[in-house]
Amino acid sequence: MNDPVSFATEFHPSSSPIFFVELAILTLLVITSIAMLRMRRLFGVVMLSGIYSFLSAAFFVALDAVDVAFTEAAVGAGISTVLMLSAMLLTARREKPYAPGHAALAAVVCVIVGGALIYATLDAPPYGDAAAPANSYVGQAYVERSAVEISMPNIVTTVLASYRGFDTMGEVAVIFTAGLAVMLLLGIGSDRGGKDVRDVPRMVGREEDGPGLGEKPTLDDGGKSPSPKGGAS
Amino acid sequence: MIMFVVATIAVIVAIVIALARAILGPSLYDRVLAGNAVGTKTILLLGLMGFLTGRPEFLDIALLYALMNFIATIAILKFFAYRTMSPQMRDMSPRLGNGNHDGGADG
Repeated sequence: MNDPVSFATEFHPSSSPIFFVELAILTLLVITSIAMLRMRRLFGVVMLSGIYSFLSAAFFVALDAVDVAFTEAAVGAGISTVLMLSAMLLTARREKPYAPGHAALAAVVCVIVGGALIYATLDAPPYGDAAAPANSYVGQAYVERSAVEISMPNIVTTVLASYRGFDTMGEVAVIFTAGLAVMLLLGIGSDRGGKDVRDVPRMVGREEDGPGLGEKPTLDDGGKSPSPKGGAS
Repeated sequence: MIMFVVATIAVIVAIVIALARAILGPSLYDRVLAGNAVGTKTILLLGLMGFLTGRPEFLDIALLYALMNFIATIAILKFFAYRTMSPQMRDMSPRLGNGNHDGGADG
């Protein structure tokens, strides 16, 4: 089981095309993350993280984790991209050059933690193993009995809405309270419907900063070479 | 089946090309467009994966991704049109008023 070659062959016994799709997506994920590490322009990093989220959502779909994939696409590619952009507006546009000593220390810590995690996965049961603990006891009971007891075809729905109904109700209350608190903190109607919305005066006021095309140097990445070494000296 | 395999390979190659533009792209709009293109190709890949595994009923997930990709791109572009999340956030922080000059100096 610990032999990587035999693990790869029994990874998806029935659907081998999906295995190659997963391999391609994982390669793209590695390329994207390395590019994110090497890029110093924060806007490019934000866009690459959106791309990373979309690709990993596709990877989750390939692993049949559709709900996780959907959360990843909504939160990772949608909301966090916009949040990162608004955070970027409060800081500089470029990452500051870092001290190489700190980077070496961080690399050592990352390698150690990553090695420990990979070592921990060696003990995990193979993907899709029917005898794995996750598929054996409670999970098997849900699979066998939910259709009879709840008479609903979707097992996830029966678990969420019936078996763990109180838990779900508590979660909904927590999320509702959090949303209410955020609305109270930000102020209801301050976004678009408030009294002091100044879309049109802002557009005019922006002319002082540089009208229309004059903004292009800002929106550009500076027209410098795309080499990521730009700010890393 | 072979048609779906070929289409999947073509879509993955397209993702690679769009990703290269997102990494290399000199201007901001290249990166926005490349991100949008990768999202669209991901939607196509999801649909193709559904057909590869013989379960095309997952197509509705791909449709929802299409909606989300569209909304995210609109949000990013609108963000750069207005420079803030909402017009009033700009008024609250005086530093944001000359953010354009800062950005120009940085870029």
